[in-house]
This record gives sequence, C-alpha cells and structure tokens, in this order.
Amino acid sequence: MSDLVDTCPHAQPRPFPLERTGCPLDPAPEYAVLRETEPVSRVKLKFNGREAWLLTRYEDVRQMLVDPRFSSNMADPGYPLQFAFPMELLGKVKPALLHMDPPEHTAHRMMLMPELSVKRVEAMRPRTQEIVDECIDAMLSHGGPVDLVSMLSMPVPSIGMCELVGVPQESADLFHRWVTLLVTQGSAEEHASANAEVEMLLHQLIADRQKNPGDDLISSLLKRNATENELEPADISALVRAMIAAGHESTVNGISVGALVLLQHPEQADWLRAHPELSGQAVDELSRYSSISDHGTVRVALEDVEIGGRLIRAGEGVICSLSASNHDPAVFKDPNTLDLTRREARHNVAFGFGRHQCAGQMLVRMQLEVVFTTLLRRIPGLRLDAALDELPFKANALIDGLHELPVTW
Amino acid sequence: MRVIVDRERCVAAGSCVITSPAVFDQNDEDGKVVLLIGTPDEKLREEVLESVNVCPVAALSVAD
Repeated sequence: MSDLVDTCPHAQPRPFPLERTGCPLDPAPEYAVLRETEPVSRVKLKFNGREAWLLTRYEDVRQMLVDPRFSSNMADPGYPLQFAFPMELLGKVKPALLHMDPPEHTAHRMMLMPELSVKRVEAMRPRTQEIVDECIDAMLSHGGPVDLVSMLSMPVPSIGMCELVGVPQESADLFHRWVTLLVTQGSAEEHASANAEVEMLLHQLIADRQKNPGDDLISSLLKRNATENELEPADISALVRAMIAAGHESTVNGISVGALVLLQHPEQADWLRAHPELSGQAVDELSRYSSISDHGTVRVALEDVEIGGRLIRAGEGVICSLSASNHDPAVFKDPNTLDLTRREARHNVAFGFGRHQCAGQMLVRMQLEVVFTTLLRRIPGLRLDAALDELPFKANALIDGLHELPVTW
Repeated sequence: MRVIVDRERCVAAGSCVITSPAVFDQNDEDGKVVLLIGTPDEKLREEVLESVNVCPVAALSVAD
C-alpha cells in the first residue's frame, strides 16, 4: 500500500456495496460516517468496476430523485448497473418502466397507476385478509416449527398478484413457479424456460382479454389504452411483467424481514398487537427501519449538477443509499431505534422518491398491514426457531431478504 | 391556508390521500390528485403540510 493510500484512505473510491458487520440486516456502519464527513462520495462497484457517486443524506437523495437532469436509462455507459444484464440486448429490447425517462415513462406509468390507487387497493383488502388467513390456517394446522417464507411471505403476494392480473386458475401453478423462480436460485435454463412460458401466458391473456374483457388489471389496461391509444400490446405485456418482477421479490422480502424485525422487538410487536388500527404507521416505520431495497435506486447525470456541494458531471452515475437516508438523524431522531409510534416515519424513502417511486407502494403497504396485524393477533406466541446468526440471509442481493425463516409458537 | 395542486406533475402516488384523506382524493379515471377542500381548516394544517412534504414529485403546495 502506498503512503498516499495510508494517509488519505478516501482518495480511492470505496468498494461498493460497503461491508456490513453485525446482523446482516443492519446498515453498513460506514454509512453513518460518510453521511457526516463525505455525504457525496466516490465508490467503485464490486459488480463491474464502474465508478459512481454515492449519496447518503436524506435531503441530497430527495433532491437528486426529483431533478429531471438525472436519467434512469440503463443503456447509458455511466449508469451504475448492479446486476447481470445481457448487454447485447441493450437498445434492442424495450426498457422496463424502471429504466424509462419522460415522456415515455409518464405515458406507461400513468397507464398503470389508476389500477393501484388508494381506493382500488382498499377494495382489495378484504380478499387480502382472506388470503392471509388461509396461509395462517395452514401454518396452525401444520404446527410449529414452520418456514414463514414459504408458508406466508411467498404465497400472499403471489396469490394476490395472480388474482390482480387475472391469471386463470389453470395457469396459476405456472405463474407461481415463475414468481418463485424470481426469488430463488434457479438455473439459467429454468429461468429461460419459465420466462418463455410466462411470456406466452401473458400474450395469450392479452389476446383473450381483448375479445372477452373481465374484471382484472389486464382488461382495465386494455380498456384505458383503447381510449388513449398510447401503448402497443407488447408494451402492455412488458408493463405487467415489470410490475410483477419489481413487486414480487420486494414484497416477499418485506414480509420476511418485517416479521423478523418484529420478533426481535417483542415490546414493539405487543404495541402493534394492541393498536392494529395504526398498522399503516407501523408499516411506515418497519419500511424505514429495514430499508430492504438500499442501493438499487440509481441514476446517470444528463448535465453537470451540483448536489450536496459536489459537482456531478454529465455522464456520471449516482447511487442513492435509501438505508442511509432513512437513518439520517437530521430527519429521524434516534434513527437506529425501531419505534412504531414514530411521527415522522411517513417521510421515509424506502419506496424511493420522485417520478419512479414504487408504483405498487399502496398495494404493498396494505398487504404488509394485513400480514403483520393478522400474524400477531392469530399467533401471539410466535417466536424465532433458530439463532439469528444461523438464518439464511440473501447474500449480495439488491433487495435484502431471507431464504427461510424458521418460526414456532 | 389555501392548497394548490399541480395535476400536470402528479404521478398518482397516493401519499397525500393516506396522509390527509379529508383534503385529498384520487380521480378514478387517471389516479391523479383531486382536491376535496381547497381551504382546509387550521386543524388540518399539520397533515396537509406533511402531504406536501411526502409528495414524491412536489405536486402540492400551500399558500399562507
């Protein structure tokens, strides 16, 4: 190591993601240091060696995410890509909603949003309650110990999405297999064949609903598109796939991690059991505290922009740490404490911010509210059936989660 | 207090509706914000300001 590196360790970009210590779900300890001393800092992605800026302050992250001079175009060479993507396909396949910029992004997003409004989501609550109750019935009749991930975290969003999209009963198995593959370590062949099958399924569903509209999301999208005529059938298919892919894994992990956090904080769980009517606030705080999607929110600058006193040049990539933002003491007092009564929890950026903020946010919130309040009410003696350090956490994943969560009662 | 909504900016996130349901709603057709009360009572000030804060695209503002 050279003298320069020894005396000035931050002259070199830090390898990213930063190392975590202690519980695998705790934020990397260096975030707190960076937020104080170097809130806009240089990092080098372990995934591909690309350099980028890392933002760790709440206000900087919000400012950047509402600034139209930052793009979500993953084909841009400065974009801080953090997952394997067949680069030869860039520019050939249509980008997903997540990687579009306005005006295209606006047209596609606004096609979907009326289906996910607060009112529409509230109308799904009774059915969500039934699904959650059925899962918990199965857990109780099986008897502990059980794996909470496979018996609750996976089926709730999977069945919910299947019914929302309007996947017929006879194709439900294929659909569940596909969404399960999204969150597990299947082989490349398994992924390719499931993808091709689901592509075919969506193609058939769209063709069918064009002739026989029903009371489902695909029919609603087709109906809206018939009057506004913005999208092609392939766009509708891509939109539905993007919604499923983006929504499923994050909800599965949100249930698993949220349940684990509650099991680790029994006094907070008692409070929620006594105040189910405040479950929205509790879910805000659980989302803030866990911030399971920490660093997937990235952009590339289209022009030179100053953020947090640093000049970010056109073409440079920027990574937002949503976890660091959600633990910024300037906004959240005593940020490392889980406090389900926290007034400012609503201000968290766990679902992102700006025009790309999670489209399914209201749906996920509602599902989490129903899952946690029902789980605590129906299995009050629920406890972890393994040591914390033995739990199979999803390592090096873009979204924190658990492969299994053994629980008993 | 007067509430101003910018429907052009609105991306139908719904955050204002869950934060201040007496003041904000969403249009069934496009999901965008609908202002239920243009000049809400003072006692709603705190939650309206919170809605302004959590709107992801700065589509809401308050005058006086």
